[in-house]
Amino acid sequence: MVGIVSYGGYIPKNRISRMTIFQANAWFAPATIQFAQGEKAFCNWDEDALSMAVEASRDCLKGMNKKDIDALFLASTTLPYADRQNAGIVATALNLKEEIITADFTGSLKAGTTALLSAIEAVRSGERKNVLITASDKRETKCAYLYEMWFGDGAASFVIGSENLIAEFKGSYSVSYDFVDHYREVGRKTDYIWEERWIRDEGYMKIIPEAINGLLKKYNLGINDFSKIIYPCPFKRAHRDIGKLIGASKEKIQDNMHEVCGELGAAHPFAMFISALEEANPGDNILMVSFGQGADALWFKVTENIKNLPPRKGIKGSLADRREVTSYEKYCIFRDLLAVEMGIRAEAGGQSPLSILWRNRKMILGLVGGRCTKCGTPQYPKSHICVNPECRAFHSQEDYEFADREAKIVSYTGDLLAISVEPPAIYGLIEFDGGGRMLVDFTDCQLEDLKVGLRVKMSFRKRWHDKERGFHGYYWKAVPLKGE
Amino acid sequence: MATGIKDKVAIIGMGCTRFGERWDVGAEDLIVEAFEECINDAGINPAEIQAAWFATCFDEIHVGKSGLPLSLILHLPNIPVTRVENFCASGTEAFRGAVYGVASGAYDICLAVGVEKLKDTGYGGLPAGGGGNLSWFVRPNITAPGGFAMLASGYCAKYGLSMDEVKRAMAHISWKSHQNGALNPKAHLRNTPTIDEILNAPMIAYPLGLYDCCGVSDGAAAAIVTTVDIAKALKKKHEIITVKALQVSLSNGEEAGFTTWQYDYIIPTTKAAQLAYKEAGIKNPREEISMMEVHDCFSITELVTYEDLGICERGKAIKDVLDGFFDLNGKIPCQPDGGLKCFGHPIAASGLRMLYEMYLQLLGRADKRQIKDPRIGLTHNLGGFPFMGIASVAIIGRLAD
Repeated sequence: MVGIVSYGGYIPKNRISRMTIFQANAWFAPATIQFAQGEKAFCNWDEDALSMAVEASRDCLKGMNKKDIDALFLASTTLPYADRQNAGIVATALNLKEEIITADFTGSLKAGTTALLSAIEAVRSGERKNVLITASDKRETKCAYLYEMWFGDGAASFVIGSENLIAEFKGSYSVSYDFVDHYREVGRKTDYIWEERWIRDEGYMKIIPEAINGLLKKYNLGINDFSKIIYPCPFKRAHRDIGKLIGASKEKIQDNMHEVCGELGAAHPFAMFISALEEANPGDNILMVSFGQGADALWFKVTENIKNLPPRKGIKGSLADRREVTSYEKYCIFRDLLAVEMGIRAEAGGQSPLSILWRNRKMILGLVGGRCTKCGTPQYPKSHICVNPECRAFHSQEDYEFADREAKIVSYTGDLLAISVEPPAIYGLIEFDGGGRMLVDFTDCQLEDLKVGLRVKMSFRKRWHDKERGFHGYYWKAVPLKGE
Repeated sequence: MATGIKDKVAIIGMGCTRFGERWDVGAEDLIVEAFEECINDAGINPAEIQAAWFATCFDEIHVGKSGLPLSLILHLPNIPVTRVENFCASGTEAFRGAVYGVASGAYDICLAVGVEKLKDTGYGGLPAGGGGNLSWFVRPNITAPGGFAMLASGYCAKYGLSMDEVKRAMAHISWKSHQNGALNPKAHLRNTPTIDEILNAPMIAYPLGLYDCCGVSDGAAAAIVTTVDIAKALKKKHEIITVKALQVSLSNGEEAGFTTWQYDYIIPTTKAAQLAYKEAGIKNPREEISMMEVHDCFSITELVTYEDLGICERGKAIKDVLDGFFDLNGKIPCQPDGGLKCFGHPIAASGLRMLYEMYLQLLGRADKRQIKDPRIGLTHNLGGFPFMGIASVAIIGRLAD
């Protein structure tokens, strides 16, 4: 048996009401009102497809032994690097073992399901035991475009394996077409998109039913054999009409999440599937279909084991964890769609030496410190001489992961002089449970949220973008925990 | 067995430029301005200087690296010139080099110069850090005000105080320095804001407002030191001023890495002060110290420094501050020249500037801000950040005391 061992989700906290977007742009693009329902999720200024992928993967690995992962596939159309394997950055951030294969799956919105199928084949062949697949997208549009309403940001992950399955893979059916509803040339920021009515009629409403019917025929099934059917389609009526075309009753069609987060690109079928799994019962058959230059249809059957999955944030938890951004200008500045003057001070910077990054990759990307084997003191960074003045042992430290440990605030400030996309820059000193201290930036919070002693957790973020050299720097920040 | 520096070295000349936004001059001009006053005060010939220590911090934006700028600008006679840099303690480090040069017996007369030309960056505040090292990858974008502002949150939490209480004391500290700075023609900031204006100023880094932050200034200061015997032979009319103690202490990484330190005080200052009092033979600093110039880069720094120096009990500085203990007419006037707050803070000049004020006060030359019969003056610098700092404490006084 091959199937899903675990799932994880990450949708950024920021939400903007579509009416806020509409109101800002109504003078220019009144027709966008047709999509102005609910709200969309969008990345904080320090997040991108890669950082979200790390967060979704961490959620997915909850309760798992990371050493069991022997492959990592990353699926997205908006990865930061064209050449520097993005999956390799994710693997380092997760501090996975080094004897694994990593791969980027990209170039299509169905990249997630294709990666999933590749993972299933790798496990079924016996070559790989557990494959982590993460799909993530942060798609950009110009301001006041219909698709600005449509797109959301998010990531979702699965581990595919052959033991302790929560959902067994039963079969799939794929079609591949060069159906160019949109495209994005290498190096461009936004899509070129054909008329939405044509995309709806010739794309979603034909290709998705074709994939579904293909799967039903292949396995000699009827649509009523499934308790949930998942397919993306942001057009509300068309989403419903596809259900009619395949003969599925309304309650079997999984909500397209337009009103709660928007369409998450390559991660979207995964996020919808996880939403379904979060409500599923053992024995449920679930059909997941992607859409993007063709379609992949995948059939899973939920097992008894789903009840034993350790608690996690998932999609449900991510959707509940929200902060509303009421300014469209702020939304635009966060996405670098509106240039603000950052001042001469912001010119400081320079190279990010790659030799330093390589030597310290575990420290920088993996937040791995040291623990003294003589006195037990956790410390960051790991160093040759123990920081404990009562110990000061030489060469006594073993690797010690801080990323999944909670911490409390020792002190903090909100700094209006420091360069920040969202001033004030909030940073401080934290102390981890069990020991170890770190100076950190705080994110996803306001200065008013903080106090000495407040508990925080770590989150993988983009710290800087060196536009001159095209380098994206990633590191960890602290996020205050709610209800502490 | 080390015997310490007490009364082994005399200061025979000092000079200090006007601090401020000296748009019309560069570091080259500032060095000459401070040196000219210093050499005239010493009454010696520049050719008699046998070695020099030169402090600059942000070499990138003014004279560059090495001791060469000082040697070239002053046309020193091919003597050794050593550039020193230890953040905000740089000026005191140059002084320490010169003093130790004399004390060691290697030289008779040494020069210390500190200069900083900060107002060529194009923006306010200190120069921002650049890329190129490991901290670039991992360190938050910490600025000086932000790094020190965290003292306030830590101090409040430690002693269960409200930020309003602490802010009120911080405001008095800045108010006092503005009152003193207004009396000083060389000070950068000579205005006299009210307590309310200070409290209601725009925020820079919570909870520090504009008036909680010192000036970012251009300036230079210099000292010439020699042996006590040579100082006596110069037969000056005034008392001989000697170095009583000179201590530097640096963080060892515990604050941000190990201890139960709660961001409420400065470990290196505490350590340097203890060593300095021992070196100077001071048993009770609150009674024996006449005046101080402490590193008030931010008002909260000055507040905790009172405790770190052992002048106030831990957690009790607020009361002394509000009682006027550190005002110009108080028991221990602090920042009589306006401090970093108002005299200004050209990084590598500040340590020498503080000594300059103590020297003027000890010689009765401080004009409108003259303290009555001061005997022992203490200066204190704090470089880096509270979680990784460099503290220096210098104590000077009359040879006879």
